[in-house]
Amino acid sequence: MNIPLQNLAEPYVLEDNDRGTFRVNRRAFVDPAVLAQERSKIFDCSWLYLAHESELSKPGDFLTRAVGGRELLFVRDNDGVPRAFYNTCPHRGALVCREKRGKEKLFTCMYHAWTFDLQGKLVQRPEAERYSAAAQDGMHDLVPVAQLDDYRGLYFVNFDPDSADLVTYLAGTTEYIDLTMDHSEVAMEIVQGDQEYGFQANWKLLAENSFDSYHGLPTHATYFDYIMAAGGQLGESLTGLSEPKDLGNGHAVIEYGAPWGRPIAKPVAAWGEEGAKECAAILARLTERFGKERAERIAYNNFNMVIFPNFVINNIMAITLRTFFPDLPDRQRVKAWTLAPVDESEAMRERRLYNFLEFLGPGGFATPDDCEALKLCQQGYSNLAGAGWNDISKGMGQSETISNDEEQMRIFWREWDRRMAAAER
Amino acid sequence: MTLSVTRADVEDLLYLEASLLDAWKLDEWLDLFEQGASYWVPPAGSSDDVEPSTTLFYIADDWFRLTERVKRLGKRTAHVEFPKSRCRHMVTNVRLVNGTDEAFYATSNFVTYRTKASVTETYLGHHIYTMAFVDRAIRIRHKISFLDTDDIYDQGKVSIII
Repeated sequence: MNIPLQNLAEPYVLEDNDRGTFRVNRRAFVDPAVLAQERSKIFDCSWLYLAHESELSKPGDFLTRAVGGRELLFVRDNDGVPRAFYNTCPHRGALVCREKRGKEKLFTCMYHAWTFDLQGKLVQRPEAERYSAAAQDGMHDLVPVAQLDDYRGLYFVNFDPDSADLVTYLAGTTEYIDLTMDHSEVAMEIVQGDQEYGFQANWKLLAENSFDSYHGLPTHATYFDYIMAAGGQLGESLTGLSEPKDLGNGHAVIEYGAPWGRPIAKPVAAWGEEGAKECAAILARLTERFGKERAERIAYNNFNMVIFPNFVINNIMAITLRTFFPDLPDRQRVKAWTLAPVDESEAMRERRLYNFLEFLGPGGFATPDDCEALKLCQQGYSNLAGAGWNDISKGMGQSETISNDEEQMRIFWREWDRRMAAAER
Repeated sequence: MTLSVTRADVEDLLYLEASLLDAWKLDEWLDLFEQGASYWVPPAGSSDDVEPSTTLFYIADDWFRLTERVKRLGKRTAHVEFPKSRCRHMVTNVRLVNGTDEAFYATSNFVTYRTKASVTETYLGHHIYTMAFVDRAIRIRHKISFLDTDDIYDQGKVSIII
């Protein structure tokens, strides 16, 4: 192919399998028109992560959360059924619920005191008799989102009533969700403490970064210095597995061994004899439940998975769930949590949280450097007119694919490109 | 069981701490702490009784990790702080709460400004310190920096000591 690369408006993704190259137009990261299309062609019709079931444990529990550019109210009704509504009064539109989370029997809009039950039904409003019959028949209930469903406790919404069901959408990712949820025989839970932060980079840069292991050593040198100082051994991974996998629908995962401890059943020196003993007991029980092969996979293997478009499950030195959404082409809001077995010991919970903070989150030894890298990329795109293309070619044309290559990102981009190329909805 | 220090003594220490942090003299800053000290930054908006054993913090450093954090921030490969950001730590509302020379508590309000690449971020909140007066010197045993915001959307990270 001989396409002049400068000032080329289309296409966004150039894949050339004969030459083994894969390039992405940097305009995809900066153009407000691209973001507008992403909203309609991707976020308005994909299953987007909302919350974990443990966040609403009892009837009346609620949380409010921005998802896919909407303000949602997620509540467990009196029958224990989770429901997701647009958090907006059918009257004039005010947010009906102004708290982040809590417990309620009714939600009352502060503006005109319209009051809704946990099923979203309007149950009371001042001077109700002044409304016509047509305005009495349920047209003023809270509006539910088109689709709400869960897979093993992970709740997702879809704003498009015509989208295929959740399990079909999740495709091959359920295997990895299972590997995560099987950490507990009882249930998994979100540990208290949301990490909500923002930074000046396009959201797709974080999708790429979330399963980019090529950047690990250069970007996170200080983390590996720390792991060595803590008595870890680089290369001690208990598994040589290292491969990216296409999970369908734009989802992909890398699964690999790594030198850090895993607060399921891969101890490190810092956990002492007691930690090693506890890990051995957990591994023995996993083996009883699942057999040796699967037990060891759960215990030792790390994976980073991006569920298209914007949900990450990284089951690494702790389990992090992460979702992110663009406010602007160069600005995103990130929400992250950690997931843990409800039935683990206090000591293991402490190890888990300690482990998480070593690497992850806004005060970790690694995540802030990731955000810095992505901000620098975004700043570099100001050179778009002169230097217009990202390269994602690593590993193309090789006889085997490894997780340190970039096939997982190409899977993301192929789906992104397919969605964006579709006719306007 | 006496308390030999005054609020003015604590203020002097906190102003010294702020100036060392502003100057990125982190080794000297660490010298203000006791061996075995800890440093916590809970998630924004937390209540004062939050614990890192049951809540996911931003930072929950024991002594080992605190010393490693200082080492990390001295390296060029701590990319988020290379080149070093420009910081200014403001400390106000200092109160000496109670205790004895063996262990006493002090609180302060803070605003810390961090500027890098022409962008200034503001961290605001309050500190709770546990300190001890040993060998005629105040040493910090435990420092908690509470961020009194809803989240850190504007700041994005806690890459400096606040």
